[in-house]
Amino acid sequence: MKTYFILASKNLKRKKLRSWLTLIGIFIGIAAVVSLISLGNTLKAAVNSQFDIGARDIISVQAGGVGWAGPPGSAVSTPLIEEDTNAIERIGSVEYATSRLIRTLKSEFNDKVSFISATSLPDNKRISEVFRELDISIEDLEYGRLLREGERGKIIIGNNIADGKRNGFGKDIRINDKILLNDQEFRVAGIFERKGSFTIDSVVLMSEVQLRELTNLTNEVDLISVKVKNIELIDFTKEEIEKLMRIRRNVRESEEDFTVSTPESALASVNQILLGIQIFIVIIAAISIVVGAIGIANTMATSVLERRKEIGTMKAVGARNKNIFYQFLVEAGLLGLIGGIIGVSLGIGISYLGTTSLHSFLGITTKPSIDFILIFLSLMGSFLIGAVSGIIPAMKAARENPVEAIRG
Amino acid sequence: MDEKKNIIVLKDVAKHYSMGHTIIKAVNGINLKIKEGDFVAIMGPSGSGKSTAMNLIGSLDVPTKGEIYLDNHNICHLSESDLAQVRGRKIGFIFQQFNLIPNLTAKENVMLPMIFQEVKEAEREERAQKLLETVELKERINHYPSELSGGEQQRVAIARALANDPEVILADEPTGNLDTKTGEKVMDFLNKFNEKGKTVVMVTHDNELAQGHAKIIYWLKDGKINKITKKGKSGWKSIKNGK
Repeated sequence: MKTYFILASKNLKRKKLRSWLTLIGIFIGIAAVVSLISLGNTLKAAVNSQFDIGARDIISVQAGGVGWAGPPGSAVSTPLIEEDTNAIERIGSVEYATSRLIRTLKSEFNDKVSFISATSLPDNKRISEVFRELDISIEDLEYGRLLREGERGKIIIGNNIADGKRNGFGKDIRINDKILLNDQEFRVAGIFERKGSFTIDSVVLMSEVQLRELTNLTNEVDLISVKVKNIELIDFTKEEIEKLMRIRRNVRESEEDFTVSTPESALASVNQILLGIQIFIVIIAAISIVVGAIGIANTMATSVLERRKEIGTMKAVGARNKNIFYQFLVEAGLLGLIGGIIGVSLGIGISYLGTTSLHSFLGITTKPSIDFILIFLSLMGSFLIGAVSGIIPAMKAARENPVEAIRG
Repeated sequence: MDEKKNIIVLKDVAKHYSMGHTIIKAVNGINLKIKEGDFVAIMGPSGSGKSTAMNLIGSLDVPTKGEIYLDNHNICHLSESDLAQVRGRKIGFIFQQFNLIPNLTAKENVMLPMIFQEVKEAEREERAQKLLETVELKERINHYPSELSGGEQQRVAIARALANDPEVILADEPTGNLDTKTGEKVMDFLNKFNEKGKTVVMVTHDNELAQGHAKIIYWLKDGKINKITKKGKSGWKSIKNGK
């Protein structure tokens, strides 16, 4: 067996450029598979880690449906209002419901202007519940303290907002620094340590009343966060909320202009999208691998024609049909393997690049998952693809009549 | 009177090819016996069937009619694989075009026939080394065919032909692609191995070459043996005349 590999690799050294070009398909395919799986896992882990923040017994309600299209010309759906929150809270299985405003504010610091997204905290004792929902406590703060209920003129910020390299102000924000939000002055009361989660690292938390003042909103609500009394009742409660909201907003079933999501359903829909992307790339990979395999078959068929004299000579000196067959088969396999090696290296490169850009984009800190089993299987797979593509040319080579072949 | 055993026996051998509707009788009834240690030349003009005869003697091809015995075994009914095995073990080929494998070194070319006989690697190396030393190519063992002269390539081919210590060396126009001087050197080696007891069968159309080296010459014409001449003490004498 070893001999076949030595002979085949000697033959490969002689291969012409066009033979290598036929490998493009194989290495694109393998690169796609490797980067897809590594990157897909990273992406999944990253997305799931975003959803891991917060309690699992919380339902969130937002205006706008999944795939909901409003009347032509209207980009914004009917907003939620404070009364919706109160109505939801009256559902039997609901422990409480809190309103949340999430708004973009103009911010100024170090004489530079940037836009940040601010999230409201209730101005009552529910503030502690919201901290629990967001899974934050005093221990998560790198500096300072959490806000107290109804505390005005103070904010707590995530690590990305404080970090001069990431916040767009070109300067670190420190505890007690003054920052202008929609031209009003705020002091930084607390800075979170880096959590590796976009939601917390880029957060700005402030009093709800004050955020309403800054944005001139009186009754509008961006998100209603609902805690169920018992986690077992979460799906039941979700349906109850949907029923209630349909009536309140006067819409029919399956025409909802709002979304009620549980942590599980949100995660599921994100994973659905990821799966879609994966299927798409798998199809591309499969097509390129098929093209590559045809390329190898073609290269090997040409090679058999070019080397008839060699085949004849080998037979004259005692090569049996199966010797010739295996030699060409191994050669095709090695051709595939080389494509695979290039593909795997390319794939690893892509997944490192992809992870790095995910880092800077989402501010997360996941490592690219380079799976050695995956690499091994990809290499094995590319050898097999090559060998399978080489079966017919190798059979043709093995069946050459020595008398005719030796003449060339 | 001759006690030596027959290495190759052809009995009423015919090889016919069909080309469209016509049947070409390339070899049409040949009888010959080649004895151990002989130096035989098969002569004839092109189209006389000598290439076909060589393929049959070398068991590269099987006859349409008749029987071929190689070392007392009938090879006409062997499978392709068994034929390859027998051929690899009993016959060493030398071709006009040398037919070395271009991407193998001289040593690897010599080792190749042994691979197919499943000789162990260490032994293959050792034997290839020795054989290349015998054909005076010790300095060239790691050179590729493209780095060797024609004469050197043909000597590698001789070493390769001897790799499995075959009974017969079958040479097809061994000097056809060489100038007279290098051709002579190649022939010297063939003579040397013949003196050591190897049977040599040479196919050629070169009268001088055949008469200069062979002991028996079979003259082919139209697929039949037309004449057999034997070298005696008083020169060549005819022992069979064609019709």
